[in-house]
Amino acid sequence: MSSYLEISRLNKVYPTPKGPACIVKDFDLKVRKGEFIALIGHSGCGKSTVLSMVAGLNDVTSGGIILAGKEVTGPGPDRGVVFQAPCLLPWMTALENVMLGVDNVFYTADRHERRQIAEYYLTIVGLGDSMHKRPAELSQGMRQRVGIARAFALDPKMLLLDEPFGMLDSLTRMELQEVLVDLWRRDQKTAIIVTHDVDEAVFLADRVVMMTNGPEAEVGDILEIPFEHPRNRKELLESPDYYAMRDYLITFLEERAHIRPSKLAGGPPPTNTVAFPHGDTAKKAAS
Amino acid sequence: MAFLEIKNASKSFGHGRNRAEVLRDIRLEIAEGEFVAIVGYSGSGKTTLINLISGLLRSDTGTITINGQPITGPGPDRGIVFQNYSLLPWLSVTENIALAVDQVFPQWSAARRAEKVAKFIAMVNLTPARDKKPHELSGGMRQRVSVARALAMDPKILLLDEPLGALDALTRGTLQQEIGQISQQSGKTVLLITNDVDEALLLADRVIPLTMGPGATLGPAFVVDKPKPRNRHMINHDPDFKRLRARIIEFLLDCGAQKKLVIQKKLVLPDLEPEDLTHRGPVLFGKPRPRRKNTVRRENVEIAS
Repeated sequence: MSSYLEISRLNKVYPTPKGPACIVKDFDLKVRKGEFIALIGHSGCGKSTVLSMVAGLNDVTSGGIILAGKEVTGPGPDRGVVFQAPCLLPWMTALENVMLGVDNVFYTADRHERRQIAEYYLTIVGLGDSMHKRPAELSQGMRQRVGIARAFALDPKMLLLDEPFGMLDSLTRMELQEVLVDLWRRDQKTAIIVTHDVDEAVFLADRVVMMTNGPEAEVGDILEIPFEHPRNRKELLESPDYYAMRDYLITFLEERAHIRPSKLAGGPPPTNTVAFPHGDTAKKAAS
Repeated sequence: MAFLEIKNASKSFGHGRNRAEVLRDIRLEIAEGEFVAIVGYSGSGKTTLINLISGLLRSDTGTITINGQPITGPGPDRGIVFQNYSLLPWLSVTENIALAVDQVFPQWSAARRAEKVAKFIAMVNLTPARDKKPHELSGGMRQRVSVARALAMDPKILLLDEPLGALDALTRGTLQQEIGQISQQSGKTVLLITNDVDEALLLADRVIPLTMGPGATLGPAFVVDKPKPRNRHMINHDPDFKRLRARIIEFLLDCGAQKKLVIQKKLVLPDLEPEDLTHRGPVLFGKPRPRRKNTVRRENVEIAS
């Protein structure tokens, strides 16, 4: 099956006084249309570097990124990005912040329709009553909701989320994960999220891509999460498979993140689809 | 008799129509030497609860007693560690801690007080940084100073108000281990306020969820009957910890969901295709028309607010 996003042999090398430092080495990933990918790894392993290269914010040293049949050469509104800090313009209301991008991307449409788009997404993320407030009047979690609405409103081909909930407390984080996955399902988007929260990765993603420690980070392993969307967190928390997957990811981070598959004798092993003993409970929990 | 006892305490702010009830009917008993963690959403009133115990606020109803004595104001028998450190920026590490020690033990000789300050700086591993000012320290080091300052007063109870909330994940892990060690060594009674269920499970003997405000109250206590010191690995792999973790998170999610009003709203999403801004050339004939997908989305959406 053809892939929507194809990252092949991606390398990132930074020049340093001590010679070139290779941060990401031969990173390969194929993403299907409509898939939700989580990228996990330790701090500094190069997860965000990969994401910013897909966003076009960071130059590729070698290798290629192809999105929907076109090579990525720079930033553009066809890729919506959500950063850890929502980066809203403080003198504009939530609505004006979202309208800023919408006015550009839908410049051929009339103002009324553009406003409908912005209002639609702000309402869906739960800010129907607060769209005329400025960022200073919004809580940290509400600001990040604006950031999510702003990204989806541009109808991008792909969503790139760089630790979007890293600054939020763990309970607000769970609320926003549901907002995000709800919009993703509604709009049938393709998404990549960078995170180091294992629970977040299992709750959101169809596949979790584990990166080895940097420098020269590469794909260490891939785990398929077979739960069907929409997922119910309470049922997930009761499923033994959930814990098996969580353990698998934690064990990777604790014990295997330093092992590079490409350096193993006999070449890299095929990426895993781990079979869990309770296959049928997985399907039940997903309903 | 419990060491710290809170009976039916409530607290509201504001007057008349703007009156907002933050805490309702809080009941809590903590035994001497016990480590209790309270977990709750941000904005649910956790800090108000700490302020009531520390004596910075008075409760509207009910009583709060320590060893049977009602609390009337702040005092050195309760050491507090705030999330924002609250160190004096013009004083060094030693001076910040000495300020507390000199206030609480004025009858001691200067040498004895200095010895006490040095002992607590060593306990939090800050001896090499003892002459630095707060702005020269990292967030984790500042919070260590704050912990040392609270403990140097020899309080009967240590109140920790989201002490690690502002720190990154790695530093948080290290400091959690240190707080665990210190509380075990000193045998102090500790009340920890946090929004991190894992942190609560790692450190506490009992974990009590606080429901979502307004009118927040304490939920059922979950006893963590596991030997200390504990580590992350146990929390992630031990079946008892997993069960507790799931039950606490479920309780918090349930009480979060109950508070939400569901509103029906009619929304329209126009069926516009985004324009390719990289090929936005000069317009020759009239205004360009938008491209459409021919599927205007009209939805009746249920929104929780």
